[in-house]
Amino acid sequence: MYNFEFEKPSTIADAVAALGGEDAQALGGGQTLIPTLKQRLAAPSKLVSVSGIAEMQGVCVEDDGSVAVGGATTHARVAADAARSYPALAALAGQIGDPAVRNRGTIGGSVANNDPAACYPAGVLGSGATIVTNTRQMAADDFFQGMFTTALDEGEIITSIRFPVPQAASYQKFLQPASRFALVGVYLARFAGGVRVAVTGASEDGVFRWSEAEEALNKDFRTDALMGLRINPMNMIGDLHGSKEYRAHLVSVMTKRAVESCA
Amino acid sequence: MTQVSMTVNGKAVSGDVEGRTLLSSFLRDHLSLTGTHVGCDTAQCGACVVHVNGEAIKSCNMLALEADGADVGTIEGQAAEDGALNVIQQAFQDHHGLQCGFCTPGMVMSAAALLKENPRPTEGEIRKYLEGNLCRCTGYHNIVKAIMAASGQDVSSIAAE
Repeated sequence: MYNFEFEKPSTIADAVAALGGEDAQALGGGQTLIPTLKQRLAAPSKLVSVSGIAEMQGVCVEDDGSVAVGGATTHARVAADAARSYPALAALAGQIGDPAVRNRGTIGGSVANNDPAACYPAGVLGSGATIVTNTRQMAADDFFQGMFTTALDEGEIITSIRFPVPQAASYQKFLQPASRFALVGVYLARFAGGVRVAVTGASEDGVFRWSEAEEALNKDFRTDALMGLRINPMNMIGDLHGSKEYRAHLVSVMTKRAVESCA
Repeated sequence: MTQVSMTVNGKAVSGDVEGRTLLSSFLRDHLSLTGTHVGCDTAQCGACVVHVNGEAIKSCNMLALEADGADVGTIEGQAAEDGALNVIQQAFQDHHGLQCGFCTPGMVMSAAALLKENPRPTEGEIRKYLEGNLCRCTGYHNIVKAIMAASGQDVSSIAAE
């Protein structure tokens, strides 16, 4: 790992100022960033830890009923503190990595990284959440822009993520047991206004909504409605853990399980 | 270099570290607490698990400076001052919960964190909690047995198959 300066501000304003320098990068829990630095795949001149910023911590229910999660909140805390207010999201957080990773890794770090096999992007996109940064608010549909790519600008920090709470939701993760990421994960959320289905782990374009399944489930919320629907394997990830066709098939299977779980 | 200060196993310690110094390096190289093992260095194996403010974390995946001001617990703090093993360590010995012993510090620290939040875990809960701790001697049965025994439960039904 190349050396870097380290700063740990206690306010968002100080963090934004510290990120103003050239090649400065925000550090969440570091569960992906530190291994990346060890491999010298990144060489920031400065890391700005957001873990000391109190206003970016915790889970709370807003006046409109939505659940707001501070950007620096760990997976373990979401798993515990959102268990009542948004059980499906808490269940997703409780399946990330392993207990020690969940005690460090943060929602903001995961979402900003947008790993194509990470769990949180599916939960955020599937819920139609709003990503709140130090400068603006973005709909999840506009935020995720392909593998490891988001709408975040240089030095922009995810301060919180606001989740509208659906009538029912379920995250179905087919675990890749070595990495503990999703080989394929499907987050399904059923709102009064319609169903959202977000898929992680499968596509070379990162997390995506399976709109054909959403349309079918809006007409008839049963697994039978998904019969005959197929994902085109062309843009799926194919690697030693699973072929493109295998992942495409898994998307259907996990979506059906999510529907069953919500029924 | 930046000064970092923390409490490790109840003692106040400090040292000068670089930004990139890992907590595992600080413990091992600066404090000579080599009981914390670095196995994979990719946060997969869990041999480096320590407690930071009471929570189990992988010390090879946390910067030393992130632990500034924290209360850190390592395997060296598990036994009593006179060297008497604690209940988890004793159970590992009694139930042959280790073979080569490399993963053992992380296993014991994870077990201690588990039993703090769940004093009487089921066998399934123990296996799930240890998902981030790898034993390449594949001694999982006896590790699980030891943790069950440490929680005061009957282990006669857990066969080392």
